[in-house]
Amino acid sequence: MEHVVDIHPLVIAVTVFVLAVFVGYYVVWSVTPALHTPLMSVTNAISSVVIVGALLAAAPMEGGTAKILGGIAVGLAAVNIFGGFTVTQRMLQMYKKKK
Amino acid sequence: MTANLAAILYLIAGVCFIMALRGLSSPASSRIGNIFGIAGMVIAVGTTLAQPGVEDYLWLVIGIAAGGLVGTVIALRIKMTAMPQLVAAFHSLVGLAAVLVAGSALLAPEVFHIAVEGDIRLISRIELSIGMVIGAMTFTGSIIAFLKLQELMSGAPLVFAGQRPFNLIVALIIIALAAIFCVDQSPTIFWIMTALALVFGVLIIIPIGGADMPVVISMLNSYSGWAAAGIGFTLDNTVLIIVGALVGSSGAILSYIMCKGMNRSFISVILGGFGGEDLKVDKSEKPHKAGSADDGAFILSNAGSVIIVPGYGLAVAQAQHAVREMADELGKKGVRVRYAIHPVAGRMPGHMNVLLAEANVPYDEVFELDEINSDLASTDVAFVIGANDVVNPVAKTDPQSAIAGMPILDVENAKTVLFVKRSLSPGYAGIDNPVFYNPNTMMLFGDAKKMVEAIVKAL
Repeated sequence: MEHVVDIHPLVIAVTVFVLAVFVGYYVVWSVTPALHTPLMSVTNAISSVVIVGALLAAAPMEGGTAKILGGIAVGLAAVNIFGGFTVTQRMLQMYKKKK
Repeated sequence: MTANLAAILYLIAGVCFIMALRGLSSPASSRIGNIFGIAGMVIAVGTTLAQPGVEDYLWLVIGIAAGGLVGTVIALRIKMTAMPQLVAAFHSLVGLAAVLVAGSALLAPEVFHIAVEGDIRLISRIELSIGMVIGAMTFTGSIIAFLKLQELMSGAPLVFAGQRPFNLIVALIIIALAAIFCVDQSPTIFWIMTALALVFGVLIIIPIGGADMPVVISMLNSYSGWAAAGIGFTLDNTVLIIVGALVGSSGAILSYIMCKGMNRSFISVILGGFGGEDLKVDKSEKPHKAGSADDGAFILSNAGSVIIVPGYGLAVAQAQHAVREMADELGKKGVRVRYAIHPVAGRMPGHMNVLLAEANVPYDEVFELDEINSDLASTDVAFVIGANDVVNPVAKTDPQSAIAGMPILDVENAKTVLFVKRSLSPGYAGIDNPVFYNPNTMMLFGDAKKMVEAIVKAL
């Protein structure tokens, strides 16, 4: 493995990003229009994965302002995560087939 | 936990999020999709908590618990008609969270491993600036969208002289400040840039009118994704990059679908000003047929098939349950009832479908424009409730009109058209609807909910 280490992390990140845009493009076009509102609420919930950054910022024992900002961001993202998934589930439960 | 293990777990979380969106391809698979989404989030958060350097668990747990409680309570209480506002409000939180994370990264770069001897790496400065600017725009832009949707602020476009050049100048200043920050890493410049980006978020949304809100919400959805991706690049975190890309493209596709539903270009929606001008409406009385609830009930019960066309007015009047009852009564009499949904009916993509689902309308009775439009010609009754522009044939006949080229539901082809409306006033686009005056059209004037309830009684 020694001979392939010289790739800049940014290149790897861009690779992941470009491929994910393509995946997103095809997956979202396959979403039925009837579920576009749940699509928005669930994308809302999952984009709150920025909580990952917030957790790291809030995590050190010593931290000052950066830690406080991180803590607030954790709270805000948590509102979105819990709220987004819950409201999506509520909506999806309502879609029923004809009996 | 080793960095490799963490990276693999983040990848698994990313795959879960893809599966969450994939599930939405049909209502049957959608609930499992949502479970995947939750699982992905648990994995992503759990992996992060197991990172070295994560020490103050109490502080983190308090944040998650407090936010989680608030979010859950809101989500359980919110009315389905208020979904557009809720989504706008949630978008603003994603934006603000991205702003706070970017700010925190600037103040304590060592926590995110983006500094070399106190200096933030150039590439990280660029990523930070992008994440911060998009996050800030998402934050304030979504607040304006929320205020408009909640009607705490007029839905009319707010325009002033020189608005477009002004906005352009603000955008250029933001880019210039970002460039300066990337060179000298000055926190002051960074915060000025942030403040301007916050103002810019307001500026870009105020000129956009109420009926274009489906595009605005989709666009902000997209921004919130790109903001997450920006943070992901700063942290070199694959799950954030994957999610950012997914959400960014999702919002962009929805914006495209909404624009196509109105036959407007994305650029013209963004530039705004639509729907604010004084429109020349022919106020002269033209002959039209008005009927009572009894007349409506009589026509409906004698029909073999009925297609219900709901619009935003149905949501405003909260008439979805009454409509379902009416459909049930008609079903008992052997009438075939279906629903036709226009892509831009309502204030956000798919809003009408959710409202009908809430009223227990089975989703296999609900059809999209393309699926059902040709059936309108062979239908006995088209029952239009709270919709106007989306059934206005002027879109096909007058290339000069504001809605020219917009795909419409051809209700005028049905044998009889029943219009539930408060008055003959034109819809949002301010264009008179010739269908009102057709000999086979009957207007049922009144509040949507009261009228439908009266029809149910008469049935």
